[in-house]
Amino acid sequence: MTGSIIIFYLLAALTLGCGILAVSTRQIFRAAIYLLFALIGIAGLYFWLEYEFIAAVQIVVYVGGIVVLIIFSIFLTHQAGEKLPRQRLDRKIFAALAVFCGFALTMLQVYQHEFYGSEDTGEAPTVANIGRRMLKVDDGGYALPFEVISILLLAALIGCIVIALREKKEIKELPQRPEDKKP
Amino acid sequence: MEPGLYHILFISAALFFIGVYGFLTRRNLITMLMSIELILNSVNLNFIAFNKYLWPGKMDGLFFTLFIIAIAAAEAAVAIAIIINLYRSHQSIDVENAEDLKY
Repeated sequence: MTGSIIIFYLLAALTLGCGILAVSTRQIFRAAIYLLFALIGIAGLYFWLEYEFIAAVQIVVYVGGIVVLIIFSIFLTHQAGEKLPRQRLDRKIFAALAVFCGFALTMLQVYQHEFYGSEDTGEAPTVANIGRRMLKVDDGGYALPFEVISILLLAALIGCIVIALREKKEIKELPQRPEDKKP
Repeated sequence: MEPGLYHILFISAALFFIGVYGFLTRRNLITMLMSIELILNSVNLNFIAFNKYLWPGKMDGLFFTLFIIAIAAAEAAVAIAIIINLYRSHQSIDVENAEDLKY
């Protein structure tokens, strides 16, 4: 057992344990925090695989962006300390059964399959290589998907603004909402 | 045992099915979105593992992962905008209360 192997198993345990807790806890804020640690565990696995750029992107986008967004939306839509309603037991049992069967089937297939890889080490995944490949326009370049993704992000930005916009009429009605009258 | 491709595939398959379990049992839109994030991450881990162990000389899996992360960020932002808008009109983000979305 070298240090690298121990770190791998620790990261795997962190990821899977926090993943299980994130889908099973009944307090939604804790679920978000467990999700945060599961994503950090995956970023650690990327570091362990020596894909540092992807690990950094994972931390910046997922941990710094999406989880913060989720936590904000929890604050906007839930009362503090409120627990999620308990799920029906039969639904839980059938979901666990289906998931277990699917997992067993997948792992059976994976372990029966022999993977053959290539041995060449052409391009190392360094930031310089990634940047060069990302903006290359000829064979094997990713310039077109890069532009399409930027259009998609622009569309998502405009879409969010359109969804979040309120009609003028609604703003006038706002003080008369029932929960504002209560106190 | 020295960790290799099969170990990473085990982790990503387990993470995928944890996400599926959460998606099947949860009835709250935000927690369902969290399950989807877990599923997307397991796919990313798969791409990176295949890239690392089977085609170390290429970077296609890495680019797929990058684009999936970008799409996931856009998807999460739009989904949360919809969820908050739904909460404004229904005062609830339960999927059972959201069924008149289809009319």
